[in-house]
Amino acid sequence: MGKNIAIKKDCLSVTAMPARKKKIKFSERVKKDFIKNKELYLMALPVLAFYLIFRYGPMFGISIAFKDYTPDKGFLGSNWVGLKHFKAFFNDYYFTRVLRNTVVISVSTLIFSFPVPIILALLINELKSRKFSRVVQTVTYMPHFISTVVICSMIIQLTVKDGGINQFLSFFGFEPVTMLNQPKYFVPIYVISGIWQDMGWNSIVYLSALTSIDPELYTAAKIDGAGRFRQLIHITLPGLASTIIIMLILRIGKMFNVGHEKIILLYNELTYERAEVISTYVYRKGLLQFNWSYSAAVGLFNSIVCFILVYTTNKISKKVSETSLW
Amino acid sequence: MKVKDNKIKESLGGRIFDVFNIIFFIMVILVIIVPLLHILSASFSDPILVMRHKGMILKPLSFTLDSYKAVAKNPNIFTGYRNTMFIVFVGTAINLFLTVLAAYVISRREFMWKNVLTVLIVITMYFDGGMIPFYLTVKSVKLDGTIWALIIPSAINTFNLIIMRTAMINVPESMCESAKIDGASHMRILFTIMVPLTKATIAVLTLYYAVHHWNSWFHAMIFLRKRELFPLQLILREILIQGDTTMMTSGSGEDVALIGETIKYATIVVATVPVLCVYPFLQRYFVKGVLIGAIKG
Repeated sequence: MGKNIAIKKDCLSVTAMPARKKKIKFSERVKKDFIKNKELYLMALPVLAFYLIFRYGPMFGISIAFKDYTPDKGFLGSNWVGLKHFKAFFNDYYFTRVLRNTVVISVSTLIFSFPVPIILALLINELKSRKFSRVVQTVTYMPHFISTVVICSMIIQLTVKDGGINQFLSFFGFEPVTMLNQPKYFVPIYVISGIWQDMGWNSIVYLSALTSIDPELYTAAKIDGAGRFRQLIHITLPGLASTIIIMLILRIGKMFNVGHEKIILLYNELTYERAEVISTYVYRKGLLQFNWSYSAAVGLFNSIVCFILVYTTNKISKKVSETSLW
Repeated sequence: MKVKDNKIKESLGGRIFDVFNIIFFIMVILVIIVPLLHILSASFSDPILVMRHKGMILKPLSFTLDSYKAVAKNPNIFTGYRNTMFIVFVGTAINLFLTVLAAYVISRREFMWKNVLTVLIVITMYFDGGMIPFYLTVKSVKLDGTIWALIIPSAINTFNLIIMRTAMINVPESMCESAKIDGASHMRILFTIMVPLTKATIAVLTLYYAVHHWNSWFHAMIFLRKRELFPLQLILREILIQGDTTMMTSGSGEDVALIGETIKYATIVVATVPVLCVYPFLQRYFVKGVLIGAIKG
C-alpha cells in the first residue's frame, strides 16, 4: 500500500507540479530518485558502460586525428599536432583519386539504383495475379540474404575471362576479359550487382506505401475516365511521394559512406585507380600500414562531409516539401 | 493492393501492358535465378566439362559429388561453421538481453535520467568515431584476438534499440502499474510482462541480429589472428576471394587447378543453402521488420 502512494506522489510531482519540483535541490532529487529506482540504476549500468566504452570511447579517440598517435603513448599521451594530418591528406597524391572515386561510386549508385525499387514496386502493383506477384516478391528478396562474401565471390566467378557473363556477352561480339582486373568495369559491376542484390528488398517499403493509398481514389479516377497511366501519374506517384523523399534523404545521408566491405572484397591493385574510396583508404592506411592518426583524420573528414550532406538535404526537403527526418 | 474493377473493360493498351509486364517479371526472375542455378549446377558437375562449357550451366554436367567430398575434407569449413554458430547464438542472446534491458530503462517514465540517457544514445546514431578509433578502442580494452571482439563491441545496435523502445512505450502503463503494486521488481516486470507483450518486435530484432552475425567478416578479419577462431565468412573469403583451395586438393598438376573451380562453387552452396532454406519461412518477419524500421526511421 505504501508503495502505491509513493507512485501516485511521483506521478503528481512529474506531471502537475513542475514549479514545486524546481525548488528541491538537484542533489536531493538524485538521491531520492536513486533510492526509489535503485534497480533501474543497476539495470542502466551495463548499457551505460557499453555506450561509454564502445561508442563514446571511439568518439573521444577521434582526437588522435589531431595528434601523432603511437600505441605506446596511447590516446592521451600522444603529442598534439593540430591540423597536420588534414593538411597532409589534402596534399596527398591520392586525395583527388579517393574523393573522385567516392563521389563517382556514390552518385552512380544513387542515380541508377535508387529508382529501381520504386519502378519495381509500381510494376509489381500492376500485376493482376496475386500468386505471380508473390512469387516475384519471394524471388527478388532472395539475394538480399546471401552474404557479402558469397555475393562477391559469385561476381568474381561470373566475370572472369571464361566465366558465364563473358561467355554470354561473347555472343554479341564482346571480347572476353577478366572484368574485375579492368578499372573501367569496376563501377558498373559494383552498381549492377548492388541493384541485383537489393532491388527487391528495397521495394518492400514502397509496396507497403502503395497499399495505404485509398482505393476509392482509383475508383473515382476510373469513373472520370482516367486510364491506368493517368492513375499512375495522378494518384500512385503523389501517394508515394513522401516515402520516396524520406528514402532519398536517408540515402543521400549515407551517400558518402560508401561501404568498405564490398569494395575490399572486389578490388585489387589493378583497379585501385577507380575502386579506392575514402573508407577503403582509411582501412589500408590505418589497419594495413599503421598510419593511425593520418587515417583517423581521413575518416573524420569523411564523417564531417556525411553529416553536412544529411543536414543540408534535410533542410532543403523541409523547405520544399515539408517532409523531413527531424 | 489495388481493387480490381471488372465492370470497366480493360483497354487494348492496358492489356498489352499487362502482357509486357508479365514478360518483364519473368525476365527479372530469370536474371536472379540463373546465376544461382549456374553455381548450384556447376558444383555438382565434372570440373573438365565445366571448363569446356560455354555460357551458364543450368543442369549438372555429368553429376558428381567430388567437389563436395573435397569440401568435406577441409577442416576449416567445420571450425568456421562452429565459430559462426557460437557467434550467432551467444552474440544474438547478448544483443537481445542488452537491447531489451536498455529499451526498458529508457522507456520508464519514473526514471529521472531517461531523457539524458536517450539523448546520449541517439547521438551515437549521427556521430561515430570511425574505423580507426573503434579499432584502437577495442584493442585498448584487450578484446582483440578473442571471439568476444565480434560480440561485445557490437552488443547493442542503436537503431534496433530505438525500435525496441518504441514498442515498449506503446505498452499501456497500467500493465506495469498493477505488477508494481504487487511488489514485482523491475527485472520481473521486464521479463514477465514487457517481453511477452513485445515479442513480435523481439522476433524481428532477433532475425536482424542473427543475420548480421552470420554475414559479418570484417571485424573478424581485423580483430582475429588465430585461424581456429575464424568464422565461416572469413574462411569463405580465403577460399573464394583469395582463391586458396589448397587445403582441399591433394596432389598436384592440372587436375588440382580444375577441381579448384568447382570446389569454390560447392563451398558457396554449402555456406548459402542453410540461409536460403530458412528464409522463405521467415520472410514475413523480415518484411515486418523493414516496415517497423521505416515507420521509425
